[in-house]
Amino acid sequence: MTQTILKVENLHKSYGKTEVIKGVSFEIKKSETKVIVGPSGTGKSTLLRCINQLDPPDKGRVWLEDVEISKSHIDINQIRASIGFVFQSFNLFTHLTALDNVRIGLMRVKGMKEEEATKISIEELKRVGLGDKIHNYPAQLSGGQQQRVSIARALAMSPKLILFDEPTSALDPELIGEVLEVMINLAKEGTTMIVVTHEMGFARSVANDIIFMDDGIILEEGPPGEIFKNPKHKRTAKFFSKITQLEGEKAK
Amino acid sequence: MGTLVTIELALAFLGLGFVVGIPLAVGEVYGNKFVKNLAVLPIVEFFRSIPALVLLFLFYFGASSLNLSLSPFIAALLAMGFRSAAYQSQIFRGAIKSIDVGQMQAARSIGMSKFKAIRYIILPQALRISIPSWSNEYSSVLKDTSLVYALGVTELMRQGRYIVARTFGNAILVYVVCALIYFVIVHFGVKLLDFLEEKYKIPGYEIKKVTTRA
Repeated sequence: MTQTILKVENLHKSYGKTEVIKGVSFEIKKSETKVIVGPSGTGKSTLLRCINQLDPPDKGRVWLEDVEISKSHIDINQIRASIGFVFQSFNLFTHLTALDNVRIGLMRVKGMKEEEATKISIEELKRVGLGDKIHNYPAQLSGGQQQRVSIARALAMSPKLILFDEPTSALDPELIGEVLEVMINLAKEGTTMIVVTHEMGFARSVANDIIFMDDGIILEEGPPGEIFKNPKHKRTAKFFSKITQLEGEKAK
Repeated sequence: MGTLVTIELALAFLGLGFVVGIPLAVGEVYGNKFVKNLAVLPIVEFFRSIPALVLLFLFYFGASSLNLSLSPFIAALLAMGFRSAAYQSQIFRGAIKSIDVGQMQAARSIGMSKFKAIRYIILPQALRISIPSWSNEYSSVLKDTSLVYALGVTELMRQGRYIVARTFGNAILVYVVCALIYFVIVHFGVKLLDFLEEKYKIPGYEIKKVTTRA
């Protein structure tokens, strides 16, 4: 039996009077890739932020392996160090070079010696294809390169899983490919990932499971073959047909 | 002699102002209601709302009326140092608030505590942004050391006064020399800060040279 890495149970989150997440439950096993899709404003990003408690949920429980991380007395910093997070807007530390962006967590959070941290960081930067840019500052890198550095920053901490919050939505079309390629390789290598994205090609080819979220709940969940071909809900079918239409138009 | 005292005073005021100003700024931005409303804001408001000369008298004569004997230097340091802290805190607060919230989120997401995130991510960026406004504060504080004259500290102005008195000399000449000395100290200090700004600028985030087009 494969080990469960993350389990979310009946999660709720409101901002003011608006309930954004209305009871979400799912789990992800080791080496799986789950892709969360759905219309804008349905709580996909909020869900990710609730998982690593950047936005603590109002109700519900979250387990990382067998530790319940939604308890208030837990050392959340230690938990976050083992959950990677890749932001839509990269959020690289602007005053640090690519190398320093990647190694600062190893040195300041894990207390690793500079020499060892540097070695690991360079390896991770090479892994995302940026071995020649380690001394560049974020502003000297393209969007796609910045996002790859931020993936390396997450990888360096050897996380148990990585959360991707629309990692390609802020990128120019010609830069999306290089980021997706890195993510596809990660999935192949068995990285456990939860990815919020609108890239249906990626979802179709890489996801073990697709979660379709609408209006704060999980409407449907299943392997891409099933959910794309035989969606159980009208909303799901409508969403996919719209997206496919869009992609079709792009192809023209 | 007086010049050295003036420089010492300015460095002491700015130093205390920096050491106290940073926590004030951090407390105002990241602190809870109690920290903000009961500690930070009262200090900042008090020291910004009262004229420097009045602060100096309050600390010097206030201390002696409480049977604490503060030397003029210590009284001046507390009054002017905290006054500078109040102003510096607002410089740093503005800089901290100008930093994108994503920086804090990213720092927390790799497991940094709030304190570490402020120490290693927020402040290094905020301090760089602060240098131009801080250079303003430096020049104000340096010139305001002349007010300490009133407590009897022999700084540049009082030294000038003594020279005028002793030599029955040309008062205006002596004061012009004082003015020149102030000018030179401020000028070179500002140049040094410009140099630091240039040296520590973040590639891509330097404060842009304004080019006007007709």
